[in-house]
Amino acid sequence: MMSQPNLYKPYLMRLDRITEEAPGVKTFKLLFQNEEEGRQFSFRAGQFAEYSVFGAGECTFCIASSPTRKGYVECTFRQAGRVTSALSDLEVGDTLGFRGPYGNVFPIEKWAGKSLLFIAGGIALPPMRCLIWNVLDLRSKFRDVTILYGARTVADLVYKHELEEWSQRPDVKLVTTVDPGGETPEWRGEVGFVPSVLEKIAPLSINTVAIVCGPPIMIKFTFPVLSRLGFTPDTIYTTLENRMKCGVGKCGRCNVGKYYVCKDGPVFTFEQLKTLPPEY
Amino acid sequence: METERRILTREAFDSLLQKAVAAGQRAYGPKDLDGRIDFAPIARLDDLSTGHVQTTQSAKFALFPKVEELFSFHREGNAQVLDEATEADTPETLLLGVRPCDAAAIASLAAIFNWDTRDPQFNRRLARTTVVTITCTHADEYCFCTSVGGGPGNSTGSDLLLTPLEGGTYLAEVLTARGQALLALVPESSTPANAVDKESRLACVPSRFTAETVTAKMAVAFDREGLWREQSLRCLGCGACAFVCPTCACFDISDESNGIQGKRLRTWDSCGFSLFTKHTSGHNPREVQSQRWRQRLMHKFVYMPDRLKVLGCVGCGRCSRSCPVDMNILEHVTKVAEVK
Repeated sequence: MMSQPNLYKPYLMRLDRITEEAPGVKTFKLLFQNEEEGRQFSFRAGQFAEYSVFGAGECTFCIASSPTRKGYVECTFRQAGRVTSALSDLEVGDTLGFRGPYGNVFPIEKWAGKSLLFIAGGIALPPMRCLIWNVLDLRSKFRDVTILYGARTVADLVYKHELEEWSQRPDVKLVTTVDPGGETPEWRGEVGFVPSVLEKIAPLSINTVAIVCGPPIMIKFTFPVLSRLGFTPDTIYTTLENRMKCGVGKCGRCNVGKYYVCKDGPVFTFEQLKTLPPEY
Repeated sequence: METERRILTREAFDSLLQKAVAAGQRAYGPKDLDGRIDFAPIARLDDLSTGHVQTTQSAKFALFPKVEELFSFHREGNAQVLDEATEADTPETLLLGVRPCDAAAIASLAAIFNWDTRDPQFNRRLARTTVVTITCTHADEYCFCTSVGGGPGNSTGSDLLLTPLEGGTYLAEVLTARGQALLALVPESSTPANAVDKESRLACVPSRFTAETVTAKMAVAFDREGLWREQSLRCLGCGACAFVCPTCACFDISDESNGIQGKRLRTWDSCGFSLFTKHTSGHNPREVQSQRWRQRLMHKFVYMPDRLKVLGCVGCGRCSRSCPVDMNILEHVTKVAEVK
């Protein structure tokens, strides 16, 4: 019998760079220890991976770098549980495990010629950052690009340098907001929750795709606003963040209705979500 | 292959087992462990319990152990090194005396582990396991194999199927090449069986519902919160039902380490546990026990047939026998089948 590859054995990665994004939030740039594995590795926007610290375990995040930027992967995470705490303790040069890419992708080929509206809240910008850079690296294929990003406080906004870069670009409309009370005296962005700021900026829905990612409460209140703006459920995309272990459709943890988020997702349209039991 | 029927004497059966063990197979069978009948290493036929209806645990441990090493890791200087188990580390296993329901459950496990990418750990074990099933001459009120496509004499998943006959002999049905190879260990000791009436030896397990009806009705019942609440009110979320279940395959992955070296392990888990789906943020998609109970039944009777074309239940009744608060799956499923 031919031996099958071990699905659960990760690539070994070298931690190349650490960026402090916000209190407790870091971005890791990871290089493949085995350069040949790095050359063969490819993924597409929307996919996720299992990141591990040997001895602490694995945890799941979307790949936050763009597939158009070859030779490395990045992930952004908030230190919260056991594994993310162990990750957070790592230093440049340390070794990590990395399994992936897993899951489906954002159908960006289908979006050519359309306007794109990105809506993200808090620590949910990382899964979308991969897609945003992917789109910006192929900028001429799309019409208007609007990014609405909100966080609790100014300090909680991640990718501050990139927000600055996007705000300078003439071909991107960036709107940032913080929750009431989260602003600083220097803050020049919006103050208010993401759904109300969305209602205020009222982007056009004609020939536009909306991509929404954020905490469940933000998603819940954003869908009705999009609906009022004329977005139909098949033009609204999101990426689900169910708890996962295996990433390959076996461990049962991310099973919602007939779907496995790790196989059929994490990218879903709102139309698909409507057919699912509300267990995400 | 065409089923070959032979008569096997008790002595020949005993000799077969001893020869298999001598040849290096690890043999497991139902053993009386101070009143609890469970799978344990066996070396001779006398070790085997007879007269029991069902073992407490299922035979799934042979293919999907409670704890399995996925790989180990250690440091060499500054370098992290990963080591994997190989084919040679997986022993040839003889499962002797499993019930037809447990043998049928292998198809459900295989569907879960291989529906998309193939799970190497599971397949390595499956390829090295010989399943010798003993048909059921007794059943109890918890058994319902006939309602979910099985039966007390069913051969699905078995390599060799034995039916106890009068006078201590067995009817042996050879179902696969592995079964044939096993029987070849005692070449002179079995004789062809022609006019043996197997059916008359089997237990009667009345059919209680049809799986198709339950699958259809359960999807309808999804939103009947009252029904699920009523059914799960007693549930402690202890997970005993999942651990004794021959088809439950949900698992956790975690590390065990002393700081220098360690292992990444796959361990049994259960959708009945409150932490199963809980995010680090505190958000839990299935917040209450009724949602978890519903998930357990939906997964077995709706999601698996829908997606994997196989039921996640073989009617062994173990979950009901083991439940500390006497939740009976047969009652619950029958009630769902009555939903209007």
